[in-house]
Amino acid sequence: MTPWKHGLLWSAVAVLCAWTLVPIYLLALGAFGGRAIVSEWPKPFLPVGLSLDTLGAFLAIDGVWQATWVSVQAAGICMVLALLLGMPAGYALARFRFAGAGSYRLLILMTRAFPVAILALPLTVSFIRLGLYDTPFGVALLHAVLAVPFATLVCASLFQGIPAELEEAAWVFGCSRLTGFLRVVLPLALPGIAAASIFAFVLSWNEVFAASVLTVRHRTLTAYLLSVLSESPLHVQFAGGLILIVPSVIFIFLVRRRLFAMWGIGNR
Amino acid sequence: MRRAGALPYLLILPSVLFLGVLFVVPLVQTALLAFQQGGAWSLDDWHRMAEDLNFTDAVRNTFSVVLIVVPLQCALALGMTMLLRHVRHGRDLILWVWSIPLGISDLAAGLVWLALLTDQGWLNTLLFKAGLISGPQAWLTYETPMVLLAGIIVAELWRATAIVFVILLAGVQLLPKEYEEAAEVFGASPWQRFWRVTLPLLRPSLQTALILRTVLAFEMFAMALALGGRNFPVMVSEAFNWQYGSQDYGVAASYAVLVMAISVAATLVYLVALRVPAEQRA
Amino acid sequence: MASIIIDRIQKSFGPVRALEEIHLEVHDGEFLALLGPSGCGKTTLLRIIAGLERQSGGRVLIGGRDVSALPPRKRGLAMVFQNYAVFPHLTVADNIAFGLRMAGADKARMRRQVERAAALLHIEPLLARYPAQLSGGQRQRVAVARALAVEPAVLLMDEPLSNLDALLRLEMRAELKAVLAAAGTTTIYVTHDQTEAMGLADRIAVMHGGVIEQIGDAPEIYHRPRTRFVGGFVGSPPMNFLTLPVREGEVALGGLTLRTPTTAPEVVLGLRAEDLRPAAPQEGFPFELRVAEPLGSHLLLTGSTAGQLLRVVVPHADGALPAPGQVLHLRPDPARLNWMDAASGVALETRA
Repeated sequence: MTPWKHGLLWSAVAVLCAWTLVPIYLLALGAFGGRAIVSEWPKPFLPVGLSLDTLGAFLAIDGVWQATWVSVQAAGICMVLALLLGMPAGYALARFRFAGAGSYRLLILMTRAFPVAILALPLTVSFIRLGLYDTPFGVALLHAVLAVPFATLVCASLFQGIPAELEEAAWVFGCSRLTGFLRVVLPLALPGIAAASIFAFVLSWNEVFAASVLTVRHRTLTAYLLSVLSESPLHVQFAGGLILIVPSVIFIFLVRRRLFAMWGIGNR
Repeated sequence: MRRAGALPYLLILPSVLFLGVLFVVPLVQTALLAFQQGGAWSLDDWHRMAEDLNFTDAVRNTFSVVLIVVPLQCALALGMTMLLRHVRHGRDLILWVWSIPLGISDLAAGLVWLALLTDQGWLNTLLFKAGLISGPQAWLTYETPMVLLAGIIVAELWRATAIVFVILLAGVQLLPKEYEEAAEVFGASPWQRFWRVTLPLLRPSLQTALILRTVLAFEMFAMALALGGRNFPVMVSEAFNWQYGSQDYGVAASYAVLVMAISVAATLVYLVALRVPAEQRA
Repeated sequence: MASIIIDRIQKSFGPVRALEEIHLEVHDGEFLALLGPSGCGKTTLLRIIAGLERQSGGRVLIGGRDVSALPPRKRGLAMVFQNYAVFPHLTVADNIAFGLRMAGADKARMRRQVERAAALLHIEPLLARYPAQLSGGQRQRVAVARALAVEPAVLLMDEPLSNLDALLRLEMRAELKAVLAAAGTTTIYVTHDQTEAMGLADRIAVMHGGVIEQIGDAPEIYHRPRTRFVGGFVGSPPMNFLTLPVREGEVALGGLTLRTPTTAPEVVLGLRAEDLRPAAPQEGFPFELRVAEPLGSHLLLTGSTAGQLLRVVVPHADGALPAPGQVLHLRPDPARLNWMDAASGVALETRA
């Protein structure tokens, strides 16, 4: 490639990286810039006086810590549900040829074509009756509807990548199907499964609509922020936004190598 | 692969039950809710939905955003994918940076762009320093609907292009490089290679990405609320208000069915328009 | 139609040298095979000629023109890939016409060339089909037709037959030879299969470890290998190598005394399995048989002589097999002795 083309390529790459990173950087600036920066005009582009004031003030607001805790619970439950339901289903799809496998895959794919969050509306009534309304568990259930199909497809692909001969060797040497799975398949699939669980966690952490519909007094962080959107001062929004973003970015960094393989598989 | 009796069915049973109860049942319930009133079939809810002040705005806004953003994101994601293929050093890092928006919730993205676009925000600071404006300007008000729309489009572009990009990249990685090498040997310029070989072979990935992105786009909610508030109603935010605010579950359900119908229609369009006939599969 | 000159082409991947300085001249209209085991650099060299890989040093000249810095599409060549690379989304006809379409040929010419190429490869009835509907062998013909349709100055082929099953490979080999001979295009053909190379090529360049060990026609490569590697790689079973002590320019092998053109204390004698014949004990050397395999038209005997492995091939129609442990006496064809330096493996002067 000519030096000129090279320069063009890297300029484009740099612009796209900046396009992604600069807005987050500016939000962080707002969240760490103390009381002053919020009302400052014109706003500075470089950090001037860093302080944890804004974040502290945000976390001190009544209900924020609780909301964060609710989010963590919901995301954790969603992750566990996704694994508990998705792993066995994925294993079945990977290792067995059975009538109905095609229909099952279709069911999984159909959830993609539907705006799943919308289901929070009719579920409200059912949840109220069952006492699941306004609980982290209820929110997690709906989030799991998004996460389970994804986890199933990813697990199916992971297990398919592990040769069946390894399991068969385990059986020949004395393992049952379950112990064979636990001793041979699971350790090999663990990195992929860990990545998929993290992804399920982030999915739940980020979800806004269903969480807002299904909670009223025990809100998730996203639901809380949405509810105070129009009334809250800017510094609350900066800090809240940052707290929403940081865990997700860290998690995505942890799974980055598997990220697009997973996303590509989970959406095939 | 083995044929083994009941075991596979037992393994998928939990997830089937789960999805059945939490997906299929509510789906049906929503449809019933929307088409019934007080136990009888009725289009009451639909009338109330359609006659509401915000209805036309909501539908128009949603479609405006989707029809502009989705093609733009496709083009941008394709560009990013092609660019990344030429990068050798630091590929991992760049891929991570470009994928960051995948992990950002639409609410958080809305807040980010709110910070940028708000009256005393960074965009105005930039324009002010460049001498283009004399003081803080309001971009996100009802007085500047076009600008508000543009702001939302840019924010959505920022947030959701990664979704399309990652799927396309995964698809491109799976293409054997021999196809493009053969095209190159037989005289195709880089643009011809892209247009005549890479793009047609990417159709399955494009189809997947477009379906996913379009369905998600019609679900747009937090972004519109964050940047536009009451000034930018969209279908899902209206559904939310009817249910949560007015406690009218019927109209909310009508909106939900409308969004579902549009999503399914769009999915079908993509399935037909971008299908790869069996004889053309690799 | 063009000649090709590879002028001191060298390729390194980081610290690893894939190709030492290669110098090679392919004459106009010649069919040259690059033969060698995997990892010897033959595919790398082909890709450098094609322009799909950039060389670390040296030049490539096609028809006298230095194409070293040109992209593949400007080099005037066509290529048949190992996995065919036939575009799945285009019909057979569109595939064959691809190069012409890229060159902006008019419809009439495209149709003519497509029909001509399809006729050469006997695939006219398949023109409207898609590659997914064809067998591997048919797809391979499409790949060749696509290459021939552009009437290239140079045709490159990267192990085109290796993905076909054995019988199909034999058939395609013969067809390929006929078609390419008729076309008369300068061809470079990469393969690891020495029967393919010997059957198809005018000249063979045997490669090993990034270096060309010998270039010559099939009989030369077969009967007068320049190095031990060439002798051992070409031919089935591989050439036998006996390391023997030298005393005053002579080597003692059983009852035989052979003159050898070296003064080194040891020498390697290369003998082909079929160049050994049964002999009387005083006119030959002892061969202790371990295994006898009847292979239809001949008998493959594996055993040892002078403590070293030896394989012998003798004609065999019927009758009892010699028993393991038996000692036979053999005599080499005096015109087929390959003397090689014990240390370097390079052939010394041979009498042939």
